[in-house]
Amino acid sequence: MSGGLQDRMAAATRDKRVIGAIRLATWRKVEKRETALASLPHADDLRARAAQIRRHTIEHLPRYLGQFAERVAAAGGHVHFAANAAVACQIITKLAAARTLRLAVKSKSMTSEEIHLNAALEAQGVQVVETDLGEFIVQIDRDRPSHIITPIIHKDRKQVAEAMVRELGCEYSEDPQVLSMIARHHLRDIFRRCDLGISGVNFGIAESGTLCLITNEGNGRLTTTRPRVHVALMGIEKVIPRLTDLPVFLKLISRASGGQAMSVYTTLITGPRKPSDRDGPEELHVVIMDNGRSGILNGPAAEVLNCIRCGACLNACPVYRNTGGHAYDSVYPGPIGALITPLLFGPAHAELPRASSLCGACKVACPVNIDIPALLVRLRHLSRGQQPWSKRLLMQLWSRAMSSPTLYRWGQYLLRGIVADDGTGWATRGPGPLGAWTTQRDLLRPAARSFRERWREELRDDA
Amino acid sequence: MNVALFVTCLTDTFFPRAGEAVVRVLRHYGCQVSFPAAQTCCGQPAYNSGFHNEARRLAAHLVDVFTAHPCDCIVTPSASCAAMVQHHGPELLAGDPHRAAAAQAVAGRTFEFGRFLRERLQVDIAAALQWREPVTFHYPCHARDSYSPAELQAWLTPPLCGSTNSGAPLRLPLHVDQCCGFGGLFSVDYPEVSGAMLAEKLDGLAATGARLVVCNEAACALQLAGGAHRRGLPLRFQHLAECLAEALGLMEPEA
Ligand code: SF4
Repeated sequence: MSGGLQDRMAAATRDKRVIGAIRLATWRKVEKRETALASLPHADDLRARAAQIRRHTIEHLPRYLGQFAERVAAAGGHVHFAANAAVACQIITKLAAARTLRLAVKSKSMTSEEIHLNAALEAQGVQVVETDLGEFIVQIDRDRPSHIITPIIHKDRKQVAEAMVRELGCEYSEDPQVLSMIARHHLRDIFRRCDLGISGVNFGIAESGTLCLITNEGNGRLTTTRPRVHVALMGIEKVIPRLTDLPVFLKLISRASGGQAMSVYTTLITGPRKPSDRDGPEELHVVIMDNGRSGILNGPAAEVLNCIRCGACLNACPVYRNTGGHAYDSVYPGPIGALITPLLFGPAHAELPRASSLCGACKVACPVNIDIPALLVRLRHLSRGQQPWSKRLLMQLWSRAMSSPTLYRWGQYLLRGIVADDGTGWATRGPGPLGAWTTQRDLLRPAARSFRERWREELRDDA
Repeated sequence: MNVALFVTCLTDTFFPRAGEAVVRVLRHYGCQVSFPAAQTCCGQPAYNSGFHNEARRLAAHLVDVFTAHPCDCIVTPSASCAAMVQHHGPELLAGDPHRAAAAQAVAGRTFEFGRFLRERLQVDIAAALQWREPVTFHYPCHARDSYSPAELQAWLTPPLCGSTNSGAPLRLPLHVDQCCGFGGLFSVDYPEVSGAMLAEKLDGLAATGARLVVCNEAACALQLAGGAHRRGLPLRFQHLAECLAEALGLMEPEA
């Protein structure tokens, strides 16, 4: 089990092309985030306020969800509750079948990735087209997203150009401007013909039943206004109490994501098209999905539900930067993925929280102040029983030995003895478990005289 | 002031010179220094790996050792071990009726070396330092509770005038607070990832052109120096205490 993740991560570090692309992109985003936050007055207060609103909402989730559902219905929308992925897919495929909807456009939604909605719809004969440029490229390249905000962070221009030429039959160009114009033309035609629009939800506002959607390309607006039917898929944790809470998050989310002061499009939707409206869907359905979230809510890591999916922790994370998103084998990679993946999808992913140096860069980056490293340690503690017996035994023996000053000293002598002296003060091949250490770096030999020996022999009386 | 040293297992075993420098510098500033010999390890490797029962045993031992040893403050050259004693020790021992209060008391008296100099002794670290060559530094991730990257930078930046400094500059590495990739058992469980992070960090340090790297954390130093040695990079790693001890004439410069 653990070997799986360890092998995937090791292999990922060797893919120089992907790692090169990711390093470049993540560092750029980290710098932009830092600059954008530095230019925001009282950024720390704002983050504390955002964290407080999230904490409050999650603590009173049933109340706010109830209010949200009630207000969505009052505004003319239909509300569906889905206990799990299968139910959510079923609700949406049935909806499509009952109205003979054939062509669906989708604006980026992690939740729909989480439940494999595209496959479910396609199995029912509904064609699904991704409209976010990155997602679109992932789709035509039959790839998987590797980042929650920047799905093709792992691709360089050349790979994008090759996929476009192959799938769309266009002329080869590496110019992003040219490539996005080609995609735009292609997608415009799809938008003309589609009859179902599927979107995620960034924030669901309880007091008014309003959906807030944040995009940069305008595809979100087209997806939610052009087709006859709009289905919004939202995790139960996405609700916030009031409209006045929204600016707190709007100020933070795009800055944290990639250093923009504001996303290009912020769409607020309350109910379906009204007689006075010039556009908008005839029907609006909101699917509120649990899929394991209420289990998290009542568990020791409920804080992860505060996440607003900005992706800042991924960009800041040196493990993510050096392995990329695919190695996590989850729709949610990076530090937040290392937490929610095992929480949502079970013990098969229990090793993920261990794949971190606990450096805390994610905590520094998180706009809602989630203490990711502390939660990683908590999950490690909860899954310690799944660690190999040899490691558990070693830990036990080590802690027993280290709590005895005599055994501690013997241990020091032993270490000095087994780390072979080749006369340079360094070992290039460590003994036993230290063998893994010396695959990457040399091992300093223990000093000929430890501090405690120096203390005993001269330092004590040196005053 | 009466100071008890918590030297930490890695400093004791691999970097005794840094421990010795701490003793000399503290004495230089008028402290009475003692070393409770029964001390071992703070339990951080076990704690971070989620083995909290094992970590609790070591936290209990540490609290017992320092409770039996009267002193005003406990000073340690490692910020991550300081954080372990300050935060996780009390957390682990909260349910222990004999030690909960003692763990809090020990936590309250524990300081990382640089923080202690600044806060308790009001030493102007930058003014006391002297660089005979360009220098750069590594910021240890787990130092956040003890000092910020900006603070460390300020400690290491010699004043512009009015001192004996030769004017050798502090060179900022790219991405100052980037992790070295050690992370305790992470470095042996995920050696390739740890190695990739190490390479990224070493590239940044080497690019400064400085050969002396100030690194106030034995764990990071073990990782960074090991990586530099493997790659043949001419980098030397010293604890702030060693730099101070040399500048103050308390220790011979290292060869
Ligand atoms: S954990 Fe924090 S930084 Fe990471 S995606 Fe969520 S809100 Fe953003």
